[in-house]
Amino acid sequence: MQATICQTAANPSLFSAESFVGLIFLVTIGLIFAGALIATTSKRLVRCIAGLALCFTGVAGVYYFLLSPFIAMMQMLIYVGAVSILIAFAIMMATPEEDDIPGNQITRFAGPLGFALASLIFAALSLLGLKTEWQVFPKTGAGDMQAMGTALLTTHSMVFELISFVLLMAIIGALVLARRGRN
Amino acid sequence: MYLLNLYNCLGTYLVLGAMLFAFGIYGLVSRRTIIGMLIASELILAGASMNFMAFNRFTAPDPTIGQMFTLFIMAIAAAEAAIAVSIVISVYRNYKSIDAEDIVDLHG
Repeated sequence: MQATICQTAANPSLFSAESFVGLIFLVTIGLIFAGALIATTSKRLVRCIAGLALCFTGVAGVYYFLLSPFIAMMQMLIYVGAVSILIAFAIMMATPEEDDIPGNQITRFAGPLGFALASLIFAALSLLGLKTEWQVFPKTGAGDMQAMGTALLTTHSMVFELISFVLLMAIIGALVLARRGRN
Repeated sequence: MYLLNLYNCLGTYLVLGAMLFAFGIYGLVSRRTIIGMLIASELILAGASMNFMAFNRFTAPDPTIGQMFTLFIMAIAAAEAAIAVSIVISVYRNYKSIDAEDIVDLHG
């Protein structure tokens, strides 16, 4: 039974270019793990957002390994450059003084409960991904930036228009929400 | 070395996506502040995008579709983050707190 799909089955020798690429991939995975760990467990929100930026940098590296440098670039621009900075601004504007009030009966159990739930979901999803026999279809397109541009303006043009409308609504809504209550 | 050939296997990316999703769920449950929950939800979205991109490289016939999905997820995430941040600022202005347990005015 073929459990997982590997594109090259051959083992590269230790001192070849392929094994160096594999080493970089391991470093990228380490970045994602460390970043996600800091982002979810750190006490201070500023450290959380630094961990989130680290994690997203690692995810951009993995997108490069998934043969789409364009999406990796967009990940760096949108997530690391825009979303993280936006949340950092929110932390600067809306974080009260540090106060370690012990939570009530429900919030004290939130940590272990969340850990149990997350590990259950992780185990289930990993088993599902590793044990299923995925069906591989032959490639019909190149999937490069030219194909993406063509698809964006022909096949997916309706979604493209809708997403610009959603972004416009988000801008107007954010302005209205943040301005209310100010003199 | 099997470890150094991991980047050519579909399973690696699926486990990575599941890991990001699980971290997001953990943060979403255990965090008390709204901003912490927002950070965790960004991790969940990253896990979903990772799965789309993995299947896009290994199994999908047309490799544009998965990249398109990821691009649209990014756009939605940006819009969601902008709205959530303005809600956080508006809540902080009214309650002087970002703890999710303080915003219970409809509780009766």
